[in-house]
Amino acid sequence: MSSLLTVSQSPHIHTGDDTKKLMRGVIIALIPAFIASVYYFGWGALIVTATSVLSCIFFEYVIQKYLIRGPVTITDGSAIVTGLLLAFNLPSNLPVHIIIIGALVAIGIGKMSFGGLGNNPFNPALVGRVFLLISFPVQMTTWPVPSGFKTGYADAVTGATPLGVLKEGIRNGEQVSQLMNQIPDHMQMFYGHMGGSMGEVAALALLIGFVYMLVKKIITWHIPVAVTGSIALFTGILWLINPEKNADPLFHLLTGGVMLGAIFMATDYVTSPMVPKAMIIYGIGIGVITVIIRVYGAYPEGVSFAILIMNAFVPLMNAWIKPKRFGEEVKNG
Amino acid sequence: MSHTILLTVIVLGSVGLAAAVILYFVSQKFKVYEDPRIDIIQEALPGANCGGCGFTGCRNFAEALVKADTLDGLNCPVGGATVMADVAKILGKEAVVSEPLVAVVRCQGSYEHRPRTSAYDGVKECRIAHLLYGGETDCHYGCLGYGDCVEACQFGAMYMDEKTGLPVVIDEKCVACGACVKACPRNIIELRKKFKKDRKIYVSCVNCDRGGPARKACKVACIACNKCFNVCKFGAITIQNNLAYIDSFKCTLCRKCVTECPTSAIVELNFPPRKAEEEAVKETLTQK
Amino acid sequence: MLKTFPRGGVHPPENKLTAGNPIEILPPPETVVIPVTQHLGKPAVATVNKGDKVLVGQLIARAEGFVSANIHSSVSGTVSRIDTVTDISGYKQTCIIIDVSGDEWLSDIDRSPDIITEIKHSPEEIIQKCLDCGIVGLGGATFPTHVKLKVPAGKKCNLLIINGVECEPWLTSDHRLMLEKGEEIITGARIMMRALGVTKAIIGIENNKPDAIAHLSRLLNGANDISVQGLKVKYPQGGEKQLIKALTGREVPSGGLPIDVGVVVQNAGTAYAVYEAVQKNKPLFERVVTVTGKSLSKPGNFLVRVGTPVAKLIEAAGGLPENTGKIISGGPMMGKALANLQTPVVKGTSGIVVFPAEESQRPQVGPCIRCSKCVSACPMGLEPYLLMSLAEKGLFERMKAEKVTDCIECGSCSYICPAHRPLLDYIRLGKTTLFKMMREKSVK
Repeated sequence: MSSLLTVSQSPHIHTGDDTKKLMRGVIIALIPAFIASVYYFGWGALIVTATSVLSCIFFEYVIQKYLIRGPVTITDGSAIVTGLLLAFNLPSNLPVHIIIIGALVAIGIGKMSFGGLGNNPFNPALVGRVFLLISFPVQMTTWPVPSGFKTGYADAVTGATPLGVLKEGIRNGEQVSQLMNQIPDHMQMFYGHMGGSMGEVAALALLIGFVYMLVKKIITWHIPVAVTGSIALFTGILWLINPEKNADPLFHLLTGGVMLGAIFMATDYVTSPMVPKAMIIYGIGIGVITVIIRVYGAYPEGVSFAILIMNAFVPLMNAWIKPKRFGEEVKNG
Repeated sequence: MSHTILLTVIVLGSVGLAAAVILYFVSQKFKVYEDPRIDIIQEALPGANCGGCGFTGCRNFAEALVKADTLDGLNCPVGGATVMADVAKILGKEAVVSEPLVAVVRCQGSYEHRPRTSAYDGVKECRIAHLLYGGETDCHYGCLGYGDCVEACQFGAMYMDEKTGLPVVIDEKCVACGACVKACPRNIIELRKKFKKDRKIYVSCVNCDRGGPARKACKVACIACNKCFNVCKFGAITIQNNLAYIDSFKCTLCRKCVTECPTSAIVELNFPPRKAEEEAVKETLTQK
Repeated sequence: MLKTFPRGGVHPPENKLTAGNPIEILPPPETVVIPVTQHLGKPAVATVNKGDKVLVGQLIARAEGFVSANIHSSVSGTVSRIDTVTDISGYKQTCIIIDVSGDEWLSDIDRSPDIITEIKHSPEEIIQKCLDCGIVGLGGATFPTHVKLKVPAGKKCNLLIINGVECEPWLTSDHRLMLEKGEEIITGARIMMRALGVTKAIIGIENNKPDAIAHLSRLLNGANDISVQGLKVKYPQGGEKQLIKALTGREVPSGGLPIDVGVVVQNAGTAYAVYEAVQKNKPLFERVVTVTGKSLSKPGNFLVRVGTPVAKLIEAAGGLPENTGKIISGGPMMGKALANLQTPVVKGTSGIVVFPAEESQRPQVGPCIRCSKCVSACPMGLEPYLLMSLAEKGLFERMKAEKVTDCIECGSCSYICPAHRPLLDYIRLGKTTLFKMMREKSVK
């Protein structure tokens, strides 16, 4: 024998799955939604996505190489995922410099300041998004109307989102049934034909990504089902109480960032709980807070805030909610 | 405008005042009596919180010192005799001088001396490799070389020698807190009496195998040949489990055993170059 | 719906290359090295001295204390020395080294090929036979069988489970044994049932061995005392607690033993050894070992004398391949990597797996991305990621509160971790440190 035998602890085999492959899986799952947003928002979608992804990778590289002076891990794909998710949460006509600021905040403050991948308490993309929402409220709430490649990047025609129409209308004392005439019907919303952040509109495309991730065992069903289920239940109760003041549950599920949030943002490994039981509580928390913000809050949309708020509770849930241990409760038959 | 400022100042000021008053009374009410000497002694201690005294941190040690009837058995290895004398003065008790110690690594199994017979792949920590198997060489007693001791040392008194793959103690920095002794899963590091000029004589091996296999695994292993035992006039050397051991408190640094050792397992350090043997004996006598 | 255990588990590729290879008998080597510790518990004490002549099956080391096992010579020859040799534990242990001459067996061992199914012995006699013949659990844990067959006072046993799961990838020794020695295994099970005083036994077999399930079912021929139960393939189904849960739904309490739920689990190989000990008066000195690996030219299942160096087995399987990087004693999930080819086969050696160099190195460790895959893979409902970070920080008392002592070291967490974190390495560190602390406390 030419070389020495290797000795290591068991197990001696591995699934072969690694962080890189998981991240690649998430990126693949995001492709349908990306195609949909390019279809609806044309050049804007391409420019916003490219800017966001490239600047996320750039900032991660610069920070790791020159600030932390540690190993550079941009190849693990987590910066690409953050960049994509940040882009999906932005309007497709957002000026490039704002996107770059968002990427810097997402990577620099949201991720690297806590020690990089695996250590950040809050979803980096959402940190970037909310930072921009508060800093540039006008640009961040000017939504282009879906028009494909017919209009350019800067001169896109803008309009309100369905949620914005609803909030504004109810504030002015209008009836929900009247407001529904001003917005696309549910089927159109399901395909994504409405104003909104570039990646969140196409529920169908996002669901395809969800199924892919379930099949590939990248995520479990717990969080998305808990989020959408609790939103449907909560808004359903409100709708039954007063259908003229409150929109129906399906409307709430298909509008805004619910689908994107429930499937891609809330399921972020790092910032979601470890135990299925806690995942469900976390999902319900997101759903309830989202509805509270939408119905009673000042903002028309609240998924981002809801996820960030629940992110803050994750360490607590991990400490308190334990998986059911084998042999904990003995029931013998 | 000025009205608003005035109001703000009044409100905040009164809130602050009220809080201060409450805090004062609460702290009076819940005051716990503590011997003031504890604070004074803690000041006198080095404050390294290394645990070398056997207590968790200097504060606990200070409390133990105040409570203790005699200072016997209580020693701060970091501060040494001077600090313990100060403490004794504060407490009005008699100082008990304990011998200064220093950590010694009892293994010479460098890359050169111990051939590698397998390749370890896993967490580079001695405590984990030790759980798995005897190590990359055929000596299952010696240093694993992943530096748990260096990691444990809070005083920067240890480093890994890249050429040999073994840890080295910097005598001037070592305070004999014993953290490395605890960190080593193989009990290779020992606290030994600190002699003048950091002179040392010790058996630098912990291999308990019979001579043959021990020698085969490592060129400088102790083979328990009894030569050192026979030459020692002071009864400082014992042989147990195929291994010689020199008691540093009985050793007089006569250096006779060093020349006897056929495998160079006994090490002498920081001595002047060898003179004639008689002179060496004289020197040890004057030292005594 | 096939049964399996509900929580956790993984599906490593099975790679049962040798499932179709009949058991070959490997002749005794020139020298054997027989460790006095081949079981869980106290080392046996050597009863022979240098220069003594021994026969096959002769007692050479006597059990010391209650949890211990006798050791018998696997060859005939002369004791050349008693020395410390590196064994499967990775450390040097006392071993009896015998130079082989001829193959002369003790005369009271029944070497005839007849199968004796009639059980004449009383429970006490059976337990005594197991003790005399040095029978230990052959699944890997090597717990002395006579101890397991003695139901402690105050406990009641109502079910015997024969573990034919063999959930470790690559290994096929139990599979072959069930196919070729089915009748003996069933008799062995009945012997143990008598010793335990139970009327029911279940043989649990994963359904990746349909031939073994069919063969044993046919042999049982509708007998109502023993049943064969097929199980859905999932690792670590061969773990005692998982198997009991899968077959009966009973859950062994944390820190408890199977007997706490009225069950005793014995490996299929053990059942065969018990049969041989009780019916044929044959001590445990040989066993079936799977020697396998993609790079081996003739992988197979061999009946090997205890004390044979691993090098001999690899020779029998076609010789050591050029690019070998790792040799594992046991399966790839729980087996130990060997540092030395001269390591002897012991009673607990179920297989030898040879890995080429490119599959021997662990990939680079990344940061924990908190994907919670380890939590969902853990069959004991523990949180490996948390246990690892606690062990790194030396917080062993907190690990105890997180039930680290329940860990069965199946390796599912490390197997599935996408960041290749050495979860089990640290969990083991925590476990051993805790057990050491507990021992020190009890001494005080």
